[in-house]
Amino acid sequence: MTIAWAAFTPWASLAGGLLVGVAAAMLILFNGRVAGISGIVGGLLRPARGDLGWRVAFVAGLVAAPLAWLAVAAAPRLHVAASVPALVAAGLLVGVGTRLGSGCTSGHGVCGISRGSRRSLAATATFMAAGFAVVFVARHLPGS
Amino acid sequence: MRLATAFVVGLVFGLGLLLSGMADPAKVLGFLDLAGAWDPSLMFVMGGAVGVGSVAFAFARTRTRSLLGEPLQLPTKTSVDRRLIVGALLFGAGWGLAGFCPGPAVVALGAGEAKAVVFVIAMVAGMALFELVEARRR
Repeated sequence: MTIAWAAFTPWASLAGGLLVGVAAAMLILFNGRVAGISGIVGGLLRPARGDLGWRVAFVAGLVAAPLAWLAVAAAPRLHVAASVPALVAAGLLVGVGTRLGSGCTSGHGVCGISRGSRRSLAATATFMAAGFAVVFVARHLPGS
Repeated sequence: MRLATAFVVGLVFGLGLLLSGMADPAKVLGFLDLAGAWDPSLMFVMGGAVGVGSVAFAFARTRTRSLLGEPLQLPTKTSVDRRLIVGALLFGAGWGLAGFCPGPAVVALGAGEAKAVVFVIAMVAGMALFELVEARRR
């Protein structure tokens, strides 16, 4: 293993992580809800009375974030290397997987681990291992 | 009030993802590439988020209602079952394939990234497919 020192951004990443933590803290303390993006988006497909508005407002905030960012800073770097067929396959896997597994990086990785949940710890270890494996196959196996 | 706080939370969450580098699939894949030139930055995202989160959830656990008087809804399941593990495997595979997980994909959508539109449509289709299969099983 070599470290990509040129790409390494510990301070920005730590600061961004603190903001994510503050957001998760606000959602549980004000709205009483866990900040799991896949659960919040997934719940839009199964709307219950009085449960739709906050989900739409939260997603609108996420979508508006790049606009707020542009008001004070240069455009963030977003590089998507994947092809369209790969994006379709990846999206389907993420959609089905997060609903079947009850969470994603935010719900399990941030909120669940913050709660000390054994389920979330197991899920996070599993999806990270799967991510490592897929990237290894895609980038390092002969023929790739 | 509930709607206003949810919007602000989404905004702060999205800004955190942008600042941390999590919203950039190239950076996420650099983190997942243990065998190549590894970028450990995203460990710091998780460290920062869990640091603040653990204090907040420890406090939340002492209450039954939120500060706005909403019922506090925390997950109650504790068993590690097959659905959890299979779901996490599928999710992780998709994450490694494109470098997008749900939050960053929605943020990239807001940034006008055309490929994020494709990913989010497929992701919502995957979620809808799951709902259909679940509804049939019930």
